[in-house]
Amino acid sequence: MAEKGKTIHLEVITPDAAVLQEDVEFVLVRALDGDLGIMPNHAPLIASLRIAPLFYDKNGQRKCLSVAAGFLEINDNVMTVISPAAELPRAIDVKRAQSAKERAEKRLNDNHGDIDVERAKLAMQRALCRLHVANEYTE
Amino acid sequence: MPSAREINRRIKSVTNTQQITKAMKMVSSVRLRRAQDRALATAPYTEKIEGMLQRLSAAATGDGIALFKPHDTVKKVCYIIIGSDKGLAGAFNSNVNKAMVAVLKDKPRDASCLLVTGRKPAEYLKHLHIVPDKKWTGFSDKPQLVHAQRIAHLAVEKFLSGEVDEVYIIYTQFKSALSQELQTVKMLPIVPNAEDKTTEPRGEYLFAPDPQQVLESILPQYLDMVVYNSLLQSAASELGSRMTAMTSATDNASALIDKLTVHYNKVRQAGITNELTEIVSGANALQ
Repeated sequence: MAEKGKTIHLEVITPDAAVLQEDVEFVLVRALDGDLGIMPNHAPLIASLRIAPLFYDKNGQRKCLSVAAGFLEINDNVMTVISPAAELPRAIDVKRAQSAKERAEKRLNDNHGDIDVERAKLAMQRALCRLHVANEYTE
Repeated sequence: MPSAREINRRIKSVTNTQQITKAMKMVSSVRLRRAQDRALATAPYTEKIEGMLQRLSAAATGDGIALFKPHDTVKKVCYIIIGSDKGLAGAFNSNVNKAMVAVLKDKPRDASCLLVTGRKPAEYLKHLHIVPDKKWTGFSDKPQLVHAQRIAHLAVEKFLSGEVDEVYIIYTQFKSALSQELQTVKMLPIVPNAEDKTTEPRGEYLFAPDPQQVLESILPQYLDMVVYNSLLQSAASELGSRMTAMTSATDNASALIDKLTVHYNKVRQAGITNELTEIVSGANALQ
């Protein structure tokens, strides 16, 4: 157990489960207006997140999980990330992400100039983020 | 008076039915447990998102946001009706249908917009010669977040474009396996929670980028959650209601089998007595 005051409790919650609950030393997330590095005892904060990997340091080791947008709230040294979809590296379905990426690519190339483009871009981002996390950080 | 053979045949048929209802009862009780777990698993997420919404609406004024703004006149109301795909669930679907008819009647058809999930309510509407504006089927007992998103997006779109002026969800709230309650909940425009004032002094929050923007981006997700929650509640209710219905069907079958067995024995006994009397009187006549 790490020393008190040197860690922040990180919770990642999705609608279906709590993905992660750990005491960590440092968290790096991508908010709408840029990356945020969060140390223990951060001031209360609410931020909305982009589709990006979320990095955290636990016992000096950098770990990562994919977060598909969502929000974070920090209060009382507890950091809560709520997101419609978040996965640990080992939980990512690489095949599915790969096919999602191809699908999105195809849609973007066909380009009919609809609202679908926006959705395809988001799907593309999610797939790329998952693939990145899965490839780089699977133990 | 039916013959012993006929009664025996009925006993066999009731036994077969009982086996089916018993199997359905067991299946739905297992799935109910899973559905309940899933409904419980979303609780922390809902709680957090509601908490954040509260803190955000304390910090930002929702003035500029269309989702908060009631339309001046309510001409057309959208109802999201959540029912099930399969029957044999006791009063579950008929309760949903009743509520659906109650909101539809006394109004011209074009004063309401119907978004229906589940095959049963959709079939009922067909029977009434009403075409729903959109229907979804195939996920009533195992809803996923994507289904909720699809429904919520459509409702939001209709609300923002001014096609409808209010959105309600009609679903069944799960209380326990034995009791479920039909609810009609207003989804849009969002009514800010009255408890805002009490939570305000809880600490100065920083916002990134700023409260207004965060609030705007959290609302769609909040609405997804509202719909997802009602889908999950409804799924648990459906299974609970089916379990109760199948339990009582199994019990009724047992009672019927007992009654028929007694009847069968009586008829058999009467037959034997009859034969004995005939033999004895035949023997007597020979003397």
